[in-house]
Amino acid sequence: MNYVIDRRLNGKQKSLVNRQRFLERYRKQIKQSVEKAVGERSITDINKGERISIPRKDTDEPVFRHGKGGFQEQVLPGNKEFISGDRFKRPQGGGGQGSGPGQASDSGEGMDDFVFEISQSEFLDFMFEDLELPNLVKRHLMGDVEYKTHRAGFADVGNPGQVNIVRSMRSASARRMALGGKDRRKLRELEAELQELARSPVPDHEQQQQLEEEIHRLKGRLKRIPWLDDFDLKYNLHVKQPVPRSQAVMFCLMDVSGSMTQGIKDIAKRFFILLYLFLQRNYEHTDVVFIRHHTSAKEVDEQEFFYSRETGGTIVSSALKLMQEIVDKRYPPAQWNIYGAQASDGDNWNDDSSNCSRILSNDLLDKVQHFSYIEITEQDHQSLWHEYQQIQAHFSDVFAMQNIRTAADIYPVFRELFQRKLGQDGVGAAV
Amino acid sequence: MTDKNYISTGSEWTFELIERYDQEIGKIAKEYQLDTYPNQIEIISSEQMMDAYASAGMPLGYHHWSYGKQFINVEQSYRRGQMGLAYEIVINSNPCIAYLMEENSMTMQALVIAHASYGHNSFFKGNYMFRSWTDADSIIDYLLFAKNYIADCEQRYGISAVEDLLDSCHALMNYGVDRYRRPYPISAAEEANRQKEREALLQKQVNELWRTIPESDKDKQFESAARFPSEPQENLLYFIEKHAPLLEPWQREVVRIVRKTAQYFYPQRQTQLMNEGWATFWHYTLLNTLYDRGLVNDGFMLEFLQSHSGVVMQPAFDTPYYNGINPYALGFAMMSDIRRISETPSDEDRYWFPELAGRDWLENLHLAMRDFKDESFVLQYLSPKLMRDFKLFSLVDDDKDSELEISAIHDETGYQSLREALGNQYNLQNREPNIQVYSADVRGDRSLTLHHIRHERKPLDESAEEVLKHVHRLWGFPVKLLSVEPQASGVCPIPLQQFDCPKSQNPDT
Repeated sequence: MNYVIDRRLNGKQKSLVNRQRFLERYRKQIKQSVEKAVGERSITDINKGERISIPRKDTDEPVFRHGKGGFQEQVLPGNKEFISGDRFKRPQGGGGQGSGPGQASDSGEGMDDFVFEISQSEFLDFMFEDLELPNLVKRHLMGDVEYKTHRAGFADVGNPGQVNIVRSMRSASARRMALGGKDRRKLRELEAELQELARSPVPDHEQQQQLEEEIHRLKGRLKRIPWLDDFDLKYNLHVKQPVPRSQAVMFCLMDVSGSMTQGIKDIAKRFFILLYLFLQRNYEHTDVVFIRHHTSAKEVDEQEFFYSRETGGTIVSSALKLMQEIVDKRYPPAQWNIYGAQASDGDNWNDDSSNCSRILSNDLLDKVQHFSYIEITEQDHQSLWHEYQQIQAHFSDVFAMQNIRTAADIYPVFRELFQRKLGQDGVGAAV
Repeated sequence: MTDKNYISTGSEWTFELIERYDQEIGKIAKEYQLDTYPNQIEIISSEQMMDAYASAGMPLGYHHWSYGKQFINVEQSYRRGQMGLAYEIVINSNPCIAYLMEENSMTMQALVIAHASYGHNSFFKGNYMFRSWTDADSIIDYLLFAKNYIADCEQRYGISAVEDLLDSCHALMNYGVDRYRRPYPISAAEEANRQKEREALLQKQVNELWRTIPESDKDKQFESAARFPSEPQENLLYFIEKHAPLLEPWQREVVRIVRKTAQYFYPQRQTQLMNEGWATFWHYTLLNTLYDRGLVNDGFMLEFLQSHSGVVMQPAFDTPYYNGINPYALGFAMMSDIRRISETPSDEDRYWFPELAGRDWLENLHLAMRDFKDESFVLQYLSPKLMRDFKLFSLVDDDKDSELEISAIHDETGYQSLREALGNQYNLQNREPNIQVYSADVRGDRSLTLHHIRHERKPLDESAEEVLKHVHRLWGFPVKLLSVEPQASGVCPIPLQQFDCPKSQNPDT
């Protein structure tokens, strides 16, 4: 008997596990490729998959093979002009292997790298692997709460589907014992008496009959105790509990004064994107607030943040002040994990740097999980950098700063900022 | 105008049509005495086909990274359009499972049914290699067992421990097959019985005089130095499974699973030419018979012939498309040739194939299918006409000679040696280095010595070094591989190449 079966709806991706095993095995090589790629990527496609290439010899599975040399005879098709006894020079190089002219064609591809593509999420996995957010994650209940049901003991009421048999039977049995206890004791006494009577030499039939009647009556009473009563029933109790969600808000602070060229902004943007992607992977919900400033600060949308042009002087503290206001107004630190990232070319109104330092250390740093400052400049550092350096000395667990010179620095600097620090777990618990 | 007998006229397939074609083809196959397992035809998508590819066509397999690599490889080249997927995969099981891709046209589905479900299927059931080495009834169950067992081990001992073990076993997979049947182990009762017989025999032959002969020390020494194993063993995985000192029971079972899988594929590696030739011959014959009976139309035949001729094309050695001798082409030509020789033999054929010429072609063909493997099939049936058709020639590359030489071409003097050379080329034992367990020092440092017996002076490739690491991992103690020229037994051979794992401190010793 023959069968025709439609298997198309069966699970695809039977090889998914095997694929993961493969990626796991070549983790190191893939990571190198990913890191290289991050440096080379343009701003917009950081969030895509990547072509990975691994030297083919690394992926080879070795087997015993014949090497070159010895006596080799090979039969080939398509003879045109040869006759037996023809002799040739051995072809040099590529054709090698002593196997004659035929092999040259297929040996070309063998030496290639093993090239394949990984998906976007695999790419990000590799990118953020062994990075970690420096401080503990706060989980908090949010407005749009999700519920999860938990078991919470037993209740006397409930729907029939949730009846708990064992508990119900246990309470029924207890009730029956309690209700029938006295009667049962009496019954045992009477039965003993009856036996005694039966054994006595002169049976007293009247008393015997009386006893039997009494026993019958008691048995009847006991029988009338219900096996199961309404109030025996116990139900499994489930209660809904709100699930705490982790949420983060990321503040992007950028100087847009005249000294910030588009190139510097691009570098800043890449850094912000990296941080955003990273937060997104760690939190279920991520908000982003864009604050740009020259002499005064303004909250803007993404487009304006990165692309509108401004000129003028620079007062960095204005942005910090605005961030502080927004935090107070909209993001209570008890509920939100707050991350700040500031990018600047280092220019600031000279007197303002001490203001920045004051706002940060007095008002902001105790509210945020982490604040990073990147300075994108190839020149000498100015007063802002030096002020911040002092802050870093005091608040090394929440504050980090790095200097970026070219686009190629972004990823290494990012890694350095968020490198998993061994043996430093729980540093942020003080926050 | 229109003939109502056509099974189908369009190119779209439906399940009803597939069943109909299967019935018709099955009927004709029966007339040609094709004996098959029941067929299970499964329709799958191209992605599932790639899955099946990656696992060597096994419907279920254990997880291993190399299958992932395989899959990625297939997927990449398919996406880039470098490679079309095969139209079918067929599995040697009972019932015989054939995968059909949903993208195929109706004609292609019919072709595949004829090719796989009747061609390959009858080959699996009839050929002696498959009959003696595979058990079609139980293979699916065994694969399922293997998959679950290995998943279980991963749970218990960790994925990487199992993966390392599998890596090592896979490296030796080709050396995990029995080429000859082992005797079945005898029962304990039988053993005791035999011992009694031996004792009785000794008792009968007691001659007190023999005991007076003094024992020489030399004999004793020889005895203690007796090699283990007493005969060289060619099934490395079997030897490791039974004798590796440190393997845990579960590890031995995993070795066994790989060994059993290798054994299952062993006949396929030895009958590729015949198997494909047979299946191609039958799809050609069956579909032509369908046409002769007016069941399919001209359009069907044109599409079929186009893809058939693509399959049996043999590019010449100097074209860019050349990739070895195409087993479909040569196999199909040889099978058709047997029919030609039987039906319309020329004088040359009568001289070369007296036992075929003029006999019933179907009987000849079935005999060839049943009792041969690639090597012997070529030696027996490759006709001078085919050598001329394929313009075969043989090229010798001898490292003692500074030049290459054409040793034979398709002419009167060359036929015999060409045939032998091609037969040798299909001989698995010649293609793979012959490696055997020579001795295991069970009483000393437990080191293992392997011998590579050279075939026509061919040395071992450097990759042996890597493989030896795997052997070392399985064996657990030092492993040595010596490459030697074949010797008469008893002569101590001089190693021409030596590989050690772990590497010895000073290579001179």
